[in-house]
Amino acid sequence: MRSRGSINWRVLGSQILVCVNCNAAGLSNPTSPLSPTNIFSPASTPAKSIFELSLFVLAVTGTIFLVVFTLLLYSVVRFRKRKNDDGREPAQVYGSNQVELAWTVIPVLIVVALFMATARVIASVQKAARPDDAVEVVAIGHQFWWEYRYPALGVVTANELHVPVSDDSHPTPTFIKLLSADTDHSFWIPRLAGKTDLIPNHPNSMWIDPHETGVYLGQCAQYCGTQHAKMLLRVYVQPRADFDRWIQQQRQTATTTDAASQGQRIFETTACINCHTVAGTVANGHFGPDLTHLMTRDTIAAGGAKNTPENLRQWILNPASIKPGSLMPAMQLSDPELDALTNYLETLR
Amino acid sequence: MSTESIAWPSTTAASPSFVDHLHEWVTTVDHKRLGILYIVYALVFLVIGGVEATVIRIQLIRPHNDFVSPQVFNRMFTMHGTTMIFFVAMPILFGFANYLIPLMIGARDMAFPRLNAFSFWMTAFGGLLLYFSLVGANGLYGAGNAPDVGWFAYAPLTSQTFSLGHSTDFWTLALLVSGFGSIGTAINIVATILCLRCPGMTLAKMPLFAWLNLVMSGLVILAVSPLTAAQVMLLLDRYLGAHFFDTQAGGSAVIWMHFFWIFGHPEVYVLVLPAFAFASEIIPVFSRKPIFGYPVMVGATVAIGFISMSVWAHHMFTVGMGASVNTFFVISTMAIAVPTGIKIFNWLATMWGGKIEFKAPMLFCIAFLFQFLIAGLTGVMMSAAPFDWQLGNSYFVVAHFHYVIVGGILFCLFGAFYYWFPKMSGKMYSETLGKLHFWLFLIGFHLTFDFMHIPGLLGMPRRIYTYEPGRGWDIWNLIVTIGVFFQALGTVVFVANLLWSYFKGKAAGSDPWDAWTLEWSTNSPPPAYNFSLIPTVKSRRPLWDLKHPDDPDWKYE
Repeated sequence: MRSRGSINWRVLGSQILVCVNCNAAGLSNPTSPLSPTNIFSPASTPAKSIFELSLFVLAVTGTIFLVVFTLLLYSVVRFRKRKNDDGREPAQVYGSNQVELAWTVIPVLIVVALFMATARVIASVQKAARPDDAVEVVAIGHQFWWEYRYPALGVVTANELHVPVSDDSHPTPTFIKLLSADTDHSFWIPRLAGKTDLIPNHPNSMWIDPHETGVYLGQCAQYCGTQHAKMLLRVYVQPRADFDRWIQQQRQTATTTDAASQGQRIFETTACINCHTVAGTVANGHFGPDLTHLMTRDTIAAGGAKNTPENLRQWILNPASIKPGSLMPAMQLSDPELDALTNYLETLR
Repeated sequence: MSTESIAWPSTTAASPSFVDHLHEWVTTVDHKRLGILYIVYALVFLVIGGVEATVIRIQLIRPHNDFVSPQVFNRMFTMHGTTMIFFVAMPILFGFANYLIPLMIGARDMAFPRLNAFSFWMTAFGGLLLYFSLVGANGLYGAGNAPDVGWFAYAPLTSQTFSLGHSTDFWTLALLVSGFGSIGTAINIVATILCLRCPGMTLAKMPLFAWLNLVMSGLVILAVSPLTAAQVMLLLDRYLGAHFFDTQAGGSAVIWMHFFWIFGHPEVYVLVLPAFAFASEIIPVFSRKPIFGYPVMVGATVAIGFISMSVWAHHMFTVGMGASVNTFFVISTMAIAVPTGIKIFNWLATMWGGKIEFKAPMLFCIAFLFQFLIAGLTGVMMSAAPFDWQLGNSYFVVAHFHYVIVGGILFCLFGAFYYWFPKMSGKMYSETLGKLHFWLFLIGFHLTFDFMHIPGLLGMPRRIYTYEPGRGWDIWNLIVTIGVFFQALGTVVFVANLLWSYFKGKAAGSDPWDAWTLEWSTNSPPPAYNFSLIPTVKSRRPLWDLKHPDDPDWKYE
């Protein structure tokens, strides 16, 4: 019931995320007891700057609330009409210029303070200098999945973004250029940075520098069509060595085996190759995710389901059963064809 | 002037048939009847929009729920937003403005009665067009149903490529048609207030209600026009091969956002200024004191009107506008908090030292003050652009603007219903049912919208038809959905109260609240001509002067 399509948090390196059941998953991350997507649990500089600003803003607005709320409560209680009211009208007061001046000037001063704090953070995030050794990623939003390209490293992948950790001794921020292939989307990993939209014809950029390894979650935050809800984001923050190894591995072309040749033939003779790429084969479509290293990914359907053979088979059989409104069509394959095709995809490591 | 063309139904004739009644209402140009038509029409849509909200909340009651499909869910939130803004909030506020402004300024009707009727029917047919999409949107494409592009319909989701069928066309046409209605009414209100005030009522002696609606109408003219222009551009894109918003042909999605929000943000003030207008009439009467700092209240209103035209892009902090543009919209947005804060302080000062009576209208206004305070403060939080990079498009925003629209505007509206119901119907409502309605709705409101902030802080974006378990969102969504049922129950009590009171209520008399503005000097309900003699006023509270000849206001103002 609840487990359909849900995701267990994957383990990376030596970190263990214990997941007894799905309800406990939110508690599994030690730094974020409430939620893996808590904005108050920052793990990267932009998110941290926002967090610090938000504490200041919350303190100011909280104080204003307490003061005004107390005044309101006091006047409602103190000036209520009593049972033994004499029926006379209260003193008619029309206003007071001094008081008006006071409650104009004080809010103006508060606004000035808030504005200055805000302007500082805007500049620090939006005008951050880009170091030469920063990792460069191009993220392209599609209905309803994410394409990631590492132009300098020659890697193309989908839905699961890998970046190196950025610790104080080796600061390696990742700069992400945001493009859209179709409608508006928005890239939002609450623990790493605020959201930035992906808009066709309007390239944007943002940056992150995660301080701790682990998986960071998020999802598309701008309504982009039917399956906006299952356009999930996963960012894998790895130690530099692991990241380099991952890059090396992703640059390989697909290795084909004889055992999967029947599935490969089905893949290459049906419409699959119109949309999907498998590097080193005739499949070079660009409409759907690159499948060259499909089996290195934890999830399919943009995070909509775990990457298991059963889910993969179900996904090919009928994508709408996992993600109604997905643009991948059901290919009307027979059971043996499905098995062979699933078999082939499982060799794409 | 010829009197032959004015043929009031004879009072001695046999009771008119249903068709006669219908004919009278359909052809009426009387501002009071049009006001009531606006209000009843909006109440019908309020129920429809409420049902849509309930469907949304049932779907989100737990993760991976499948009460409705994603397609239906997307239509529901699009229709809910569009309906509530364009076919509930605006018409209901226009209805009250229509009904009350001539009465408050001592006039016999609006400046342009026929334009008034035309505007109402444009709005009415706009709403019908929107819902006709349920049958008509299929068209020749065999695709489409109710629109599913979201109430701000971002490009390029509205282009032919992504929106097959005619659902987007019905959405566009509905807003185009009702937009003309809104502009017509706004022009009418401005002309009425500027030209038809009774002798002695200078601009500085108008009830605040009239001032707030004057500024609101100015905003409607300025804000609805660009929206209407954008709708025409969208239709050109879809049918005549234009490329304003067609990103695949070099158009700009961002231009649509600017067009939409230069309407969309002043629109918030279009809705909230009339709510302020209700509060500015109700709070003084139930505190038994004049409004504190009238000139400052007028100044703050005008300031809000001006500043609200320069804040629209705070809806676009995540669009990638660059640091300097973001910074500009931070300061303009924060600046608007100052005049808004001044208003709250003045209402508080009005209550200070008064004798507050907790009748239903006042209860709703006190709750409004409390809730609008919070809504304003969450607004200040999001005006800090970096904070908005986290909060924007999350459930925090949804909670924030429902706090404004439900906690602020709807609460004031309920207050206004109870306050002026005796005037409009001639009958007194049931205070017991009114208080029951208040408490049910208050509990429901806070269950729903207080707790809705939390999933937003925990990373839940809006407009998702389902969500993953394990994100810490489940319990909050459950509570939010439970609150909806309290609100629905409260609304049922409200409608029952109106109906029961209309048929069975006690006669209210012309001035049940011992109030001070001109509408209370005529009968309840007022005759078609409003006043047998056009009144002359010397102060902002003419009825106070009348009741206290020894201590009139005009000696002090």
